[in-house]
Amino acid sequence: MSEIDPETSAPESPEEAAQSGTLAASIALKQRAGGLVVPVLTALLAFMIGGLVVLATGHNPLLAYRDIFNGAGLNWVFHPTTSVVNTSAYNLSQTLLQTTTLILCGLAVAFAFRCGMFNIGGQGQYFVGLYVANWLGVSFAGMSPLPHILLAVGGATLAGALWAGIAGFLKATVGAHEVISTIMLNWIAIWLGEWLFGDGGPLQNTANKTVPISGDVADSAKLPVFWGEKELQGLHVGFFVAIAALVVFWAILNRTTLGYEVRAVGFNPEAAAYGGINVPKNLMRAMAISGAFAGLAGGLDMLGYLYHFGVSDIPANSVGFLGIAVALLGRNTAVGTGLGALLFGALLFGTTHGLSSNVIAPELAGNLTYIIQGLIVLFVGADVLILYIWNTRRKLKPRARARATEAAA
Amino acid sequence: MLEMKGIRKEFPGTVANDDVDLDIRRGEVHALLGENGAGKSTLMNILYGLYRRDAGEILLHGKPVDFGSARDSIESGIGMVHQHFMLIPVMTVAENIVLGMEPRDGILLDERGAERRVRELSEQFGLLVDPTLLVSDITVGQEQRVEILKALYRGADVLILDEPTAVLTPQEANELFGIIRSLKADGKSIIFISHKLNEVLEIADRITVLRRGRKIETVPREGATEASLARAMVGREVLLQVEKSPAQPGDVLLKVESLHVTDDRGIPKVRGLSFDVRAGEIVGIAGVDGNGQTELIEAITGLRKAGSGSIEVAGRELHHASARQMLDAGVGHIPEDRQRRGLVLEFSIAENIALHDYAKPPDARWGWLFPDRMIDRARRLIKEFDVRGGGPLSRAGGLSGGNQQKLVVAREISRDPKVLIAAQPTRGLDVGAIEYLHRRIVTERDEGRAVLLISLELEEILSLSDRILVIYEGEIVGEHTGEVSEQEIGLEMLGGKEKTAA
Repeated sequence: MSEIDPETSAPESPEEAAQSGTLAASIALKQRAGGLVVPVLTALLAFMIGGLVVLATGHNPLLAYRDIFNGAGLNWVFHPTTSVVNTSAYNLSQTLLQTTTLILCGLAVAFAFRCGMFNIGGQGQYFVGLYVANWLGVSFAGMSPLPHILLAVGGATLAGALWAGIAGFLKATVGAHEVISTIMLNWIAIWLGEWLFGDGGPLQNTANKTVPISGDVADSAKLPVFWGEKELQGLHVGFFVAIAALVVFWAILNRTTLGYEVRAVGFNPEAAAYGGINVPKNLMRAMAISGAFAGLAGGLDMLGYLYHFGVSDIPANSVGFLGIAVALLGRNTAVGTGLGALLFGALLFGTTHGLSSNVIAPELAGNLTYIIQGLIVLFVGADVLILYIWNTRRKLKPRARARATEAAA
Repeated sequence: MLEMKGIRKEFPGTVANDDVDLDIRRGEVHALLGENGAGKSTLMNILYGLYRRDAGEILLHGKPVDFGSARDSIESGIGMVHQHFMLIPVMTVAENIVLGMEPRDGILLDERGAERRVRELSEQFGLLVDPTLLVSDITVGQEQRVEILKALYRGADVLILDEPTAVLTPQEANELFGIIRSLKADGKSIIFISHKLNEVLEIADRITVLRRGRKIETVPREGATEASLARAMVGREVLLQVEKSPAQPGDVLLKVESLHVTDDRGIPKVRGLSFDVRAGEIVGIAGVDGNGQTELIEAITGLRKAGSGSIEVAGRELHHASARQMLDAGVGHIPEDRQRRGLVLEFSIAENIALHDYAKPPDARWGWLFPDRMIDRARRLIKEFDVRGGGPLSRAGGLSGGNQQKLVVAREISRDPKVLIAAQPTRGLDVGAIEYLHRRIVTERDEGRAVLLISLELEEILSLSDRILVIYEGEIVGEHTGEVSEQEIGLEMLGGKEKTAA
């Protein structure tokens, strides 16, 4: 038997993946084949096509991207300052605020993915986290800050876990597909919010009963802001929680028996069962942990800068869905999700606040984010195509060489 | 009529073919023999235009040719039937065969004409298959015939068959050999890729042996023996017979009593089956596929809920135990399908070694993993079991079949099981790996383990087992110790004895 066997390793690997059959297995396969190249290409391609759209409107795409870059505050690195009076510093703090949410929503998708499941329900899990944090933050107003924050954040996390856990339970017991059940749970969460904050709803504010908005969380439950002002939507300590969550995500997957089980089930449930792993239990647990990340995101947003939430805010919010793009672009890894969240955070804030109207029409600017987001999701879904282009490029090289030697002979 | 000269092909890190010569005559069956990874498929993919050679030339009827794609080679009369068929299940046999070269009636497919053409071809070569059936409704053996017909329809004079018997039952394989003979009589040349010695000796006119990408020899069938071919393939003397001393059975370690098991659809597959396996003996279960072997193994290993009856491991009643409980009770299991069940192909070798014990010290404590310890253990086992092709952190899926199996065996045996269940332990492996595994199984028997061997290959059962049980429709219909003929067991496998008794 040869050392590395090209007959069985290279051409047959897609088959192996098909045999083990799971989403996670095929993703891992592509990851090996494409490494860092594919996600970077994916993003670049999306930006290029987004640029073409800008060009089609008669504007200069390079100027537009420069403005987005500055608008996201990324030019801060050229003249760092901690004073948010400075525009770039303020912009960056807002970008990082978005990044915080996106990291956690991305992890919510990535964790389930590593167990072979597609959690489309990040949005709903985020919402229930938001609701519970609002409820706990508005009530218990007399508590001292630290316990109050811990209670509200913990409650939000648990709510997200339970919400996703429903889908996990259905998957493990009756085999209901998680994509379907999480989508349905999203809708339940949306209408739950309409009822909670709507006229006469249990979480509607007490001051003005005609406005369908929740009450403000008590000061004792508000997260400390370390960059900027609370009143001006400064960057709160939740940012560090999100960074810590990335580390926790990595450690759970790679350094705990729980993570080992999750990955084994994700790659090959049959082999996992053979190894003595309880597969249904793991499906449920992985879904719950996924939901916990999204619920935490909702909790931190509520206590960090939103403080209240209204019926009209519900349809406008789509960070949970953006988490899917973040995780896919980040290849469901901790580092990748962090970088993906930063990219989308910058896009979100940069396009809505940074573009000068002489470069690009403001009404078009915000949609540019969605165009790029859509393209990235499309390309990640179709990364087989990008891999194909990449591989033919590699294959062409030895071909050209063979032709050269033939010509020489 | 067809010559390949000095073919060389490199892949990153390996030379798959190095200065290989091959000549094919008109109307001959030419076997290409070699272990997995010897470069057989690579060579054929070059001939078929799927890979580009790095050096060398191909002559067809004395003229140099250069196939840039499979289309070129098909036009030159070369057809290939791959190991994995490429048929469209929702289309009929005839539609699949004419696909891409359809006879037309105006702008429509001439369905009748296609069927007639296919029928003619299939009668001409004795490839009986109904052209009007959907491919999803035909057997694997028939699918293979459709693939052969597809190549013939495209005017193939040289037909490459890549491990054609790997997916067939012995009976279907015999039929295939009949087809090959009639193709040969019609002047077609057949390149028959295989690593099975007996098949090659049965069907081939000449045999070319490849080893590690190089051509070792081309010999006529006359004068070739299994031993001589095995030596050429592996590069050393190979023991085709298993050497073992008489068994010294000890205590009963596995006891199964009137066990009933049903399959996924609730159909009873194991029906009141009883047997036991003692320490230091190999008990072989012979039977035709689908007679309850899979369900029996799954019940004993806790992977399937058993019905009534009892399973005892070393005197402990473990009926209805989970897979984890069975593992902890000392049942080792070399599963039937190493890629589907035995390994997580995406995991590293070290992670696969830890598949049963990842949650126990030293691999883990309080739920925290210690990868370094897993790697240490893997390094030790890789050495002890001679797993080649990667280190502890290499992906298990990247190993060759034989090394993957060694990895599974290493893991199971290193757990020091009382009972070792080996299901089809040598399926798809080449001579060298089979020799190793058979020796290892006998060694483990001598260590005092109770070995239960389940195999569809009667030869393997006969050469390894100390005691043979024959399973038929979920019941044990025969038990043999000592000498017994293949015919006798073969008859029982088909339920013969039951009928004569009735």
